[in-house]
Amino acid sequence: MTREDIIKDENKVYSRPRLLLDATMHYCPGCSHGVVHKLVAEVLEELGMEDTAIGVAPVGCAVFAYNYIDIDWIEAAHGRAPAVATAVSRLQPDNVVFTYQGDGDLAAIGTAETIHACTRGENIMIIFINNGIYGMTGGQMAPTTLEGMKTSTTPYGRRADINGFPVKISDIAAMLDGTCYVTRQAVHTPAAVRSARKAIRQALINTREKRGTSFVEIVSTCSSGWKLSPVKANKWMEENMFAKYPLGDIKNTEVKK
Amino acid sequence: MAKIFGAVEIDSNRCKGCDLCVAACPTSVLSLQPKEVNDRGYHFAYTVNPDACIGCGSCAAVCPDACIEVYRLVDKNA
Repeated sequence: MTREDIIKDENKVYSRPRLLLDATMHYCPGCSHGVVHKLVAEVLEELGMEDTAIGVAPVGCAVFAYNYIDIDWIEAAHGRAPAVATAVSRLQPDNVVFTYQGDGDLAAIGTAETIHACTRGENIMIIFINNGIYGMTGGQMAPTTLEGMKTSTTPYGRRADINGFPVKISDIAAMLDGTCYVTRQAVHTPAAVRSARKAIRQALINTREKRGTSFVEIVSTCSSGWKLSPVKANKWMEENMFAKYPLGDIKNTEVKK
Repeated sequence: MAKIFGAVEIDSNRCKGCDLCVAACPTSVLSLQPKEVNDRGYHFAYTVNPDACIGCGSCAAVCPDACIEVYRLVDKNA
């Protein structure tokens, strides 16, 4: 069997998603954002939402998301993506609206908007990339930074007596009555990627069926901010982040208890 | 018994050499170029052991830049 025999269109099992534009992503090598962008593009294509989906981009590393996925996008002010998404989903009830935010955007400056959008049960999907650091601005401490984790503003590690404790925003969202689906995923292994893909798919279907707010947290790496290689960053995430942010569904009102 | 043949095509100019595909591959097909770099200066991934590929798609699943295409052929007569 030669390479030419195998590389034929009928044998293709994976190719670049059609909705992912040709632009090279500005993310650092090994950044989880790229994988999540790819999953969002794949799922939107699978569900046939390329004409109905409207994304709301945050301020943070994902600020250029509109350059990478071929759907309609709005750029929101820092932390205000759920508020903008609320307006869009109410004015355009036929469209599927989602936000794509990082932890500095969603869990710090935008906490109020996030919590109140979830409380109101807006028909939006919130994708929350949690890497425990402000990646774009140079690796400062974020609300989700782990205790003892070194960042450029906590060079000796985060201390609970000075900096407080990390916030588990997904657990807060799960307590609110407006959310229908809250899950925590990761994209560090092929199995985790498939699981995250399923979660994003479920969340987009919930949004289309107007079941309430779906909240998908993705525990991610920031190899540049953590000052590790991408492979070591994944290992560090498995050993440290998952203890504080365990993976799995936190709330799913579709499953009968 | 059926035999599975796989192959990957890597867009080496898009690759940023993050090494995640190399770590994800179950059959050690991939490696980063030790010396050669692409247009943007990254040591891009290449198939060091192409015959071992089973077309499982693990490398493509974890690739943040979506630069890997996967092909799989199941030969039932082999």
